[in-house]
Amino acid sequence: MTRFPSSVSDEPPERPVIDLTEHAARADLLPVRPAVPMPTHLQDRASSPADRDDAGVREGDVDAWGRSERVRSLTRAIYDPVYRFWFRAEWEGLENIPERGGALLVANHAAAVPSDAPVIMHGIEKELSRAVYGLAEYLFRTLPVVGTLWSRAGGVPAHPDNAYRLLHDDHQLVLVFPEGSKGTGKLYRDRYKLHRFGRAGFVEIAMRAGVPVIPIAVVGAEESMPMLWKSGRLAKLLNLPYFPITANQLLFGPVLGAFAYFPAKFRLRVLPPVRFDLPPDQERYSRSRVMDEADSIREHIQGALYDMLRTRRSVWFG
Amino acid sequence: MRVLITGLGTYWGSRLAQHLEARDDVEVIVGLDTHAPRLPLERTEFVRADSSYSILHRIVQATEIDTVLHTHLIVDSTQLSGRAMHEINVIGTMNLLAAAGAPDSTVRKVVLKSSTLVYGSNFKDPYYFREDTQRTRAPRTRVERSLLEVEAFLRDFAEDNPHVVVSLLRFTNVLGDHLDTPFSRALRLPLVPEVFGFDPKLQFTHEADVEGALVFATVHDVPGVYNVAGDGTLPWSEVCKIVGKRRVPLPPIGTNWAAEPLRMTRVLDLSPELLMLLRYGRGVDNTRFKRVGYHYQFSSAATVDEFARGLRLEHAVGSRRPAYTYERDVETFFRHSPAVVRDD
Repeated sequence: MTRFPSSVSDEPPERPVIDLTEHAARADLLPVRPAVPMPTHLQDRASSPADRDDAGVREGDVDAWGRSERVRSLTRAIYDPVYRFWFRAEWEGLENIPERGGALLVANHAAAVPSDAPVIMHGIEKELSRAVYGLAEYLFRTLPVVGTLWSRAGGVPAHPDNAYRLLHDDHQLVLVFPEGSKGTGKLYRDRYKLHRFGRAGFVEIAMRAGVPVIPIAVVGAEESMPMLWKSGRLAKLLNLPYFPITANQLLFGPVLGAFAYFPAKFRLRVLPPVRFDLPPDQERYSRSRVMDEADSIREHIQGALYDMLRTRRSVWFG
Repeated sequence: MRVLITGLGTYWGSRLAQHLEARDDVEVIVGLDTHAPRLPLERTEFVRADSSYSILHRIVQATEIDTVLHTHLIVDSTQLSGRAMHEINVIGTMNLLAAAGAPDSTVRKVVLKSSTLVYGSNFKDPYYFREDTQRTRAPRTRVERSLLEVEAFLRDFAEDNPHVVVSLLRFTNVLGDHLDTPFSRALRLPLVPEVFGFDPKLQFTHEADVEGALVFATVHDVPGVYNVAGDGTLPWSEVCKIVGKRRVPLPPIGTNWAAEPLRMTRVLDLSPELLMLLRYGRGVDNTRFKRVGYHYQFSSAATVDEFARGLRLEHAVGSRRPAYTYERDVETFFRHSPAVVRDD
């Protein structure tokens, strides 16, 4: 796969001077240092003084978000065969993702146990050598072992403050699925019909952080784990967002069916970034503007999906 | 500057008094506590009394104190019973602020040493708390409740007395050679506890930064709330690795019950808030205090490293805690006897 050089890399957004002190006690305010030591091989900007000091002391490479580049490399090495031979993921439009600076990646969500998140994160990290942090439910943070691994692989709980800090202060790529569990809880017959984007919090966060939103349309996830039926009652009993019965489970049994995806071909199209010509770090943004933008992004993704589906001859071979 | 330090008998109180004694702009230092100071002091006046309102009011009036340093807050719930902690934290602060806010009071600055425990530790928390970030869940532990009450008092005080500079400093897990904090105790054990399957990110402050921050807030005017913590976070596994200890897992379900045997045999008292920290960790944003001009000496990793070095030295040569006993007659002699030659 060739590297797509970025042609749209802007400078990282300028950090506005936010006067948080009640009286500005000193006129000469200190510059704010970034909190995240970026994985050293993935960035070419100089690390902050704090990172250089800690370099001799730290025994591991877990960064300020719990992500470890070592764990991530291992995960990528293990997942690569799945990515290349099982899902055979193909990307279009990767040049839309900037080489530097924060951006909020937004994609459609599918598959009862999501297969799109790992594919997107793997693909971008592999093709562009940029770290991607994936926002997910708080639930992951409460799981022993699995939760820790998820965090080391770049999973971050979907708290707005986390997203803001990752985007604004640390200039990272953040992946979010606005459909949420409603997206993955779709039945097969409703595939590729995007749910409404909720309260559109993601748009507001991107506006506040002053970063663009980059929509990604994903084809293939729906067919990798088609959900045939779901039980609301069982879901409530087990405190899950939904209790799925998938075709995979019918074929491979209930346990294996949660991991055994069908080899649908994945096509991912990165759409042009959506930039908001609004000042960052405002208290509030106009609700109607936020909803409009969210709707427009949703339509873009929907349009791209239908376009890709029109050209897709086979679910399994593209 | 005429300073009143509460909690002179604690390590912080004594250290702060030592720092302030060295400064020329500090004329008078009065220290209050029920216990005697732990470190040798030269010109600090020690008043052995509990923090009742009448005594505080009289002291503030008589000595015309203009700066109050309230370091006498209990943030380690394993040291005292709940009632004693409430007494010292809540009632003590209430009395102190009432005395400082009396109509004839000369107090112009109050600095409070609080803790990031007020943010709590919960899975719904953001990874980094800013000073104005809300808790995600109501407090369930006594120490958190008492600290929140104390901070509420301080807020009210600040509103009622706009002419007073009120600084609230929230310190996060402190480590240091001379201290006994929950984490330092846990890290001194041969086998350090952890919650199975969880490797939370923790942030630390070095004792030198605690002292530095408190002195900074005393000599400069920094009104407002500030988080004080070293840069960066470390996963608990890495902390233990740097200190060179192995970990023993506690079960993720029923952790409190599993910690009971440790408590009963007095091996280690794991408070509920510490167990939550060992599960979810906590980070705070420390940039606000930097913006007003404070330079941190140690990052979180450096703090743990310094602590590890101190431990290694201790293992080699034994504890180097200064063995000092306060002797009232000796101190009174040096301060007040006409036989002592003073170069005033």
